[in-house]
Amino acid sequence: MYCEECKKRSATVHLTQVFNGQKTESHLCEECASQKSGFMFDPANKFSIPNLLGGMFGSSYSVQGMPALALQSICPNCGMRYMDIRQAGKLGCSECYKVFNQELEAPLRRIHGNSQHLGKIPLRGGEKVIIRRQIEKLKNQLQEAVRAEEYEKAAEIRDSVKEMESKLL
Amino acid sequence: MSITDVVNSSFVKWMDTPAGERDIVVSSRIRLARNINMIPFPHLLDQVNGEKCIEQIKNAWQKSPASSVLASMDMISFDQLPALERQILAEKHLISPLHAESDSPFRGVLVNSEGYLSAMINEEDHLRIQCLLPGLKLSDCYMRVQELDNEFENSLEYAFDENRGYLTACPTNVGTGMRASVMMHLPAIQMTGQLNQIIQNIAQLGLVVRGLYGEGSEAIGNFFQISNQITLGQTEEDIYNYLHTISEQIAEQEKLLRERLEKDLKYQLEDKIGRSYGILSNARVITANEALTLFSDVRLGVDMGILKGINIFSLNELMVEVKPAHMQKRTGKEMDAIERDIKRAEVIKKKLGTISE
Repeated sequence: MYCEECKKRSATVHLTQVFNGQKTESHLCEECASQKSGFMFDPANKFSIPNLLGGMFGSSYSVQGMPALALQSICPNCGMRYMDIRQAGKLGCSECYKVFNQELEAPLRRIHGNSQHLGKIPLRGGEKVIIRRQIEKLKNQLQEAVRAEEYEKAAEIRDSVKEMESKLL
Repeated sequence: MSITDVVNSSFVKWMDTPAGERDIVVSSRIRLARNINMIPFPHLLDQVNGEKCIEQIKNAWQKSPASSVLASMDMISFDQLPALERQILAEKHLISPLHAESDSPFRGVLVNSEGYLSAMINEEDHLRIQCLLPGLKLSDCYMRVQELDNEFENSLEYAFDENRGYLTACPTNVGTGMRASVMMHLPAIQMTGQLNQIIQNIAQLGLVVRGLYGEGSEAIGNFFQISNQITLGQTEEDIYNYLHTISEQIAEQEKLLRERLEKDLKYQLEDKIGRSYGILSNARVITANEALTLFSDVRLGVDMGILKGINIFSLNELMVEVKPAHMQKRTGKEMDAIERDIKRAEVIKKKLGTISE
């Protein structure tokens, strides 16, 4: 459907006005609608997915605690700047997560309510993470054993913690 | 069996609802988003990195041991697969409609012969591995998808960070990279006007409701896809167990409302179902939306034992067969909207005629 005013652009605004019980409907494009009704449409502020996602990365005004410089720093692997990421709503590569680690903390919390991964760990490249998690688990068991005064068991667990820690070095 | 066979076959595993099971949860799906370390994400891929990416994935597939799940799949890149066939895969729910749009040589897909496992190459992430099964089978889906994930990992170095988990192009997927979803058919909840309330409640529980074809699609024919929104800070098991519990509760609610409809509005309900069946089996011209809306009534009639002799499997098959790409494939020529509507009516009439005898 074309705009009733300019008859060029497609009508994306459907305006229903009621005057003294008389209903009139008009179908306009954004430009004509803003002229006619005084209603402001900001084309740069549409609720598109990238814009909404971009919003999650923080507003375009300087946010407290976010160094202005960060906006200019560049991922050496893919060349994305934090500005670009914010605009695209997407990161450029795995390295971006390292380069912009600090900047991502707040957005990730906003999206997930959390910023620490708890799920699956790949076997490759994740060996150390797996060991670290196992150590943490053992340490908890150790504390429990001590609390229950099972000192022999505690000693055993302590030894395996030591053994695992040596793997990390 | 190759991808061409999957394209030509009307059967995909998710359609195969076990007989006698209440058909409220149509299918379950688990999808993992994975990327290769250091290679820019798909939206930034240039020629060199694009080739490198698809080459590594192809290599992982070719080198997988004969007994592996990966080896039982077929792979094709999208410059080798015509647009119509890509669209058919999307209509079967094996790839996303968005993925089907491009014919980039860096894009592609891996599919197994029964069509319950697939992997999209260079959609929003380098790999999107999914398992799609009939009924409420989230843990089954996870087991299968996890197996395939491990096989890929044997030769691919995944982008992973100890704190952030699996790294994805969009920060909404980072962490587990997992999206679990169930497709539910909820006509009674819709009819009794409780849908909006349920959708609002679901949103508060951190889950999202979408239409039949996922992101950005409308809910036609009372089909709703419910999935997790949060991917970081929870384990995979927690995510799908939670969705499982919520789905069961929604299904239970749907069941109660169906029983109440049957009790309080028996004649009106049977009338509605009978009329819909009548239109479907006698129409000569029918649009896709009208057909899907009427399918919902017929489906409800079959589930509730009001319509006899039709099985849900045929209805699942029919829902996909009346989609534009499937019909074009069947007739072997491009059709305009009217021709399609005529052909659609013909396909439905024929199918309902044979299955209800």
